[in-house]
Amino acid sequence: MSEHYTLHVNGVERAVQDAWVGENLLYVLRERLGLMAAKGACEQGECGSCSVLVGGNLVCSCLVLAASAVGEPIVTVEGLAPPGAPSDVQQAFVDCGAVQCGFCTPGLIIAAHDLLDRTPEPTEMQIREELSGNVCRCTGYGRIIEAVQQVAVARRTADAGAAS
Amino acid sequence: MTVLVPTSLDEAIAGLAANGGATLLAGGTDLMVEVNEGHRHFPWPDDGATIIALHRVPELATWTYDVPAATVVLGAGVTWATIEQPPLRDLVPALAEAARTVGSPQIRNAGTVGGNLATCSPAGDGLPVLAALDADVTLLSAGGRRTMPVRDFMLGVKRTALQPGELIESITVPVLQGWQGYSKVGVRNAMVIATASACVATDVPSRSIRIALGSVAPTVVRCPVAEQFAVERVDWDALTVDAGDAVEFGRLAAAASRPIDDHRSSAEYRRHAVAVMAQRLLQRAFPGGER
Repeated sequence: MSEHYTLHVNGVERAVQDAWVGENLLYVLRERLGLMAAKGACEQGECGSCSVLVGGNLVCSCLVLAASAVGEPIVTVEGLAPPGAPSDVQQAFVDCGAVQCGFCTPGLIIAAHDLLDRTPEPTEMQIREELSGNVCRCTGYGRIIEAVQQVAVARRTADAGAAS
Repeated sequence: MTVLVPTSLDEAIAGLAANGGATLLAGGTDLMVEVNEGHRHFPWPDDGATIIALHRVPELATWTYDVPAATVVLGAGVTWATIEQPPLRDLVPALAEAARTVGSPQIRNAGTVGGNLATCSPAGDGLPVLAALDADVTLLSAGGRRTMPVRDFMLGVKRTALQPGELIESITVPVLQGWQGYSKVGVRNAMVIATASACVATDVPSRSIRIALGSVAPTVVRCPVAEQFAVERVDWDALTVDAGDAVEFGRLAAAASRPIDDHRSSAEYRRHAVAVMAQRLLQRAFPGGER
């Protein structure tokens, strides 16, 4: 493979040029493609602040060799909702006060989306376990869990409304 | 440096045959940490190095249940996220318990059982379970296929029997009939490397009890003296064990360990921890021992 390759990010083909092929996906997203949502902190898969979806799976982008993600759909927080129109999870984080310094927030938002897509009505224990890969040093997690629960209730109510 | 992303096993083997010194990349949860920290240096623009990423090889990402043989054959690329869920959770419960303690959900979505074995860290969570279950590993190269016990494959700290040009194709895990479980001590509850770990697996029809320990020696340790002691002391009809015998089982297991003092813990604590874990696991396997 040459040092030019194409990644499929948030529904768009993005060319990566003149890049060392050993770069991790987090670096490529931020430094090559200008997508700043995923954050770099530990660069060893401990903190979750770089979480993205690759091929539909929640992973730490710092541990993905970017050049090996060719051909797989990649979703970052920028791709969850159009600019200026936050997703339900993003809005719930704001409403619940689940954001303090904000550094962990993008990782938690995408992890919460992934959790709620797979488990629409998670228990508190499921939320805690599923978000255990996303470290937040500000909030103590209480309001983050509230935000996820609030989205679960809102989605269930919306589904019930649509069905009736 | 070149990155190959084969989409079939034949293509992966051909790539490996053409690049004997290639670095294999499975889930990336070990290798990319080394790359990010600069411990694996691949000079830019080109030092001729090759990385072969295996995550798109479908043959490696699948598993089968061989009912007549009573084995589960795990492709090397099966992730911990798959192993921790049914149906694999019901077939190899101890491996599923170990899977659930690997890193975080993000790590379990990427990390694979074959990668765990290939890295061969003393703290690899899957390794005590594979050793306790007497799993076999199948290695594939352009020259052919060979199978060996997982316990023979693990040679030392991050050293295995894998030869240049070979990759781990699959891991064959016997499906036992009896209780099995995994226990792990670390400094916190989630996303933690094992300070010490243990797996107890039982097979009631063959009256077999196995115990394997992790993080207390260069590689996984089986404890034949403790195993033999337990086989003799357990009440196989009532499936119970005397509480005192469980304590002795723990003591014998700890005696088989060879822990060291390091930045994560002390040898003394690790020896104590494996004794307690072994005792508790045996009592869970044979409940009613506290009468």
